[in-house]
Amino acid sequence: MTVRYDEAAIEADPTVPVIRITRDFAATPAQLLRAHTDPDLYARWCGPNDLTTRIDHWDARSGGSWAFSNLRNGEEYSFHGCFHEISPSRIVQTFTFDGWPDGVSLETMTFTDLGDGRTRLSAQSLVDSFEGRDQWLLSGMEVGINEGYAKLDRLLADGAVPDAVPGTEE
Amino acid sequence: MDQLSRTFAALADPTRRDLVARLTAGDASVAELAAPYAMSLQAVSKHLSVLERAGLVTKRRDAQRRPVHLEAEVLAPMTDWLEVHRRRAEERYQRLDAVLNELAADEAYPATAASRPSPDNQTLGSRE
Repeated sequence: MTVRYDEAAIEADPTVPVIRITRDFAATPAQLLRAHTDPDLYARWCGPNDLTTRIDHWDARSGGSWAFSNLRNGEEYSFHGCFHEISPSRIVQTFTFDGWPDGVSLETMTFTDLGDGRTRLSAQSLVDSFEGRDQWLLSGMEVGINEGYAKLDRLLADGAVPDAVPGTEE
Repeated sequence: MDQLSRTFAALADPTRRDLVARLTAGDASVAELAAPYAMSLQAVSKHLSVLERAGLVTKRRDAQRRPVHLEAEVLAPMTDWLEVHRRRAEERYQRLDAVLNELAADEAYPATAASRPSPDNQTLGSRE
């Protein structure tokens, strides 16, 4: 059975602090590479819908580096990193949010040609700790999600989760 | 491993995700859950134990069949949490779809132009 990823699929690895996202595109690997390395193209799709992306520095080659800022109502969030490897089939780069300069993740984007003008993008983010990953996952979350997370924390802290014996909970 | 990581670990295995997905439809016995798989009842029980330790499922002790019950309220924040990220990635990739569509259109036009006779094409042709 051929698995298709017409919509993004996400997976949080339990053994290493990694998040994987997989998505298929109606494009060639070369077009995907271009959309990731051409600064004008990249700025058009990389940021959330309600933010503008300003490219501050862009040197898309193996050993090069990048920096951009997201702008919203006078607020600025800036990010920077290095391009470790750029090749037709993958991009390896580092990623740091300048608001948390100690944190760095290693991003690997792999382009797999599926034929018929389709390409699978496998994006992997490796952060330096599980805490880092969870922080990153939680960053910019809507209040509702934070509340959901807090609710999970409470459930876990209350011991309602691991050793619950049905019939004994309130 | 902290509790949150345990929950992630429990859901990282495709069989366990499948078990959880099937339990969203309602409680089921271990035998019922094991039926579609080409693995032993014991192997399925082992997967269920992992889910149970992570608090994602419980076994109803009151009923004779001891059906497995999904603790949906534990799962909900987990899935919401990842789902928000999945949706964000999907939004981002829909913008990328639009950019790629334009790239394809841009590339189609010069390709048409190149197929027309041009001095370069004629030069190449005359070499043959």
